Amino acid sequence: MIGSRRQILVRKILVWIALILGACFAGLPVLWMVSSSFKSNLEIFAYPPALIDYSFSFEAYQAVLSDPGQLRFFFNSYLVAIMVTICTVITSILAGYSFSRYDFRFKKVLNLIIIGVQSVPPITLMIPYFGLIVWLGIYNSYAALVLTYMVFTLSYAIIMMTGYFNTLPRDLDEAVMIDGGGSFVTLWRILVPISLPGIVAVGVYTFMLAWNEFLFALTLTRTNDMRTVPIGIHLLMGQHSFEWNQMLALSVLGSLPVLVLFLLFQRYFIAGMSAGSVKG
Amino acid sequence: MVTATQREIAEPANIGWEQRKRKLLPYAYLSPTLILLAALTVVPIMTVFLYSLVDNVIVNPNPPEFVGLENYEEVLTNRKFRGALSNTMYFAIVSVVAHFIIGLSFALLLNSRLLSANVKAIFRVIYILPWVFTASIIAILWRLLLNPHGVVNFVLLELGLVPELLEWLSDRKLALNAVTFINIWSGYPFYLVSFLAGLQGIPDDLYESGRVDGGNAWQLFRHITLPQLKPIIISLALLDFIWTIHQFTLIWMTTGGGPLRSTEVLSTYTYKAAFSSHEYSIASTIAMVILAICTFVAIFYVRSQRMADE
Repeated sequence: MIGSRRQILVRKILVWIALILGACFAGLPVLWMVSSSFKSNLEIFAYPPALIDYSFSFEAYQAVLSDPGQLRFFFNSYLVAIMVTICTVITSILAGYSFSRYDFRFKKVLNLIIIGVQSVPPITLMIPYFGLIVWLGIYNSYAALVLTYMVFTLSYAIIMMTGYFNTLPRDLDEAVMIDGGGSFVTLWRILVPISLPGIVAVGVYTFMLAWNEFLFALTLTRTNDMRTVPIGIHLLMGQHSFEWNQMLALSVLGSLPVLVLFLLFQRYFIAGMSAGSVKG
Repeated sequence: MVTATQREIAEPANIGWEQRKRKLLPYAYLSPTLILLAALTVVPIMTVFLYSLVDNVIVNPNPPEFVGLENYEEVLTNRKFRGALSNTMYFAIVSVVAHFIIGLSFALLLNSRLLSANVKAIFRVIYILPWVFTASIIAILWRLLLNPHGVVNFVLLELGLVPELLEWLSDRKLALNAVTFINIWSGYPFYLVSFLAGLQGIPDDLYESGRVDGGNAWQLFRHITLPQLKPIIISLALLDFIWTIHQFTLIWMTTGGGPLRSTEVLSTYTYKAAFSSHEYSIASTIAMVILAICTFVAIFYVRSQRMADE
């Protein structure tokens, strides 16, 4: 079975060819988007296309960043995503603790419902949602978006959090309980600090989902001062007859937060993600 | 077992109160979740269900009349609905299969022992790249690339692979495949990430003993890698199938369901029925059908999760 040197070399070359082809498939579209965002609007579809042409400038970025309306989209996106993240993390820690450490009567059913929520199509909730949100008096507000997004982030966050708590030995919390600490103290002082990697994974996942949401952001907000980046991009598509370079610049800027988060936390994230999808 | 020991310790205190508190505590921890899900999931689903059973809601001032399953009959026999259903199935099945193949191939490639750790780390980031973009940005990105005067046509034309500039997203024959391709591109990294974690979890001695038994690379893959990944594959595929059926933004922002409904999927069809035609009862009925399909798949998903738990 041990291949000769030549065989290994041939194999290595084949692996590299596959590797580079795959990288082209994944990366070239992104590269093209970034490079196009530096072109002038007239040169976007120039023939023959060039990765970088004479019209290279930061004009589109300046246009986006100097427009208070566009900046407001970013502010809204950050605010909503951060609020959703904080609320989801806290709620999922409490729920995960309950599922991981207690046995109670409806545990199985409730766990089932929470896993099942992942399969509820957003479009199914959409129709009565509008009325419900108006009735609650939170139409066109941050609260509407935050509460809605939590419906979609919580389920997976709880599955991930429960999975993470399950990996921690119960002796830990029992020791504290014996010392007279209540269950809440145990959770807060012992479990939360050592669960930080799991919490980070939940947080990053939640932030990404909230940052990216489109359908409800479109339907539950009415005025531009409440709208988020994905809707901002959508609006650019309709309003001006395709300011391609601005749309692309906004897209690049809108992707940066998620990209940075992902690069910073990819290790936690990959581990947490797979724990969630595999075990539950 | 754990609760038993804890109860013994807590015994000297007021037992009745302690026990009751102990029983209610897990529900207290769950209460924020339960309240939110009851208000924003259960209530809307019940409402949609009720809407689907009456003849008119929301816009019509006449009091709604109960019509039983009439709306369902109307929807299920409707040609547009069937078209949307078959587009959805095509879109979802092709996406899931392609996601699986690409995700697994890339994961195996990144797991190759012929590559150094640094190379792997760099390519891993490139391969996961499509994942960080939101659907509306992916829509813009591919509208740019697939534009008739865009770079994809240019390359294909130069290579002689297409005879003329193609209207990828506005040609009735091409559009569904084009949006499916876009969805494939944007969705495979989720599999890649999960498979990478899964591959690392396969113990090396399994491969060692396989090699001792004289297995070649294909046999090792077929008899060790695939069976070991099976639980991940099943739950991923089911979850992805559900998510792909949910997909709205990508199609809405690339083709809007057109041209001539050739890319109309159930979610865009529902949205149009509700917010363009204002036929809320019909829209609710379609929404219930989507929910039924997803629930059906979800049953298998939950079951696979349970199995992985045990």
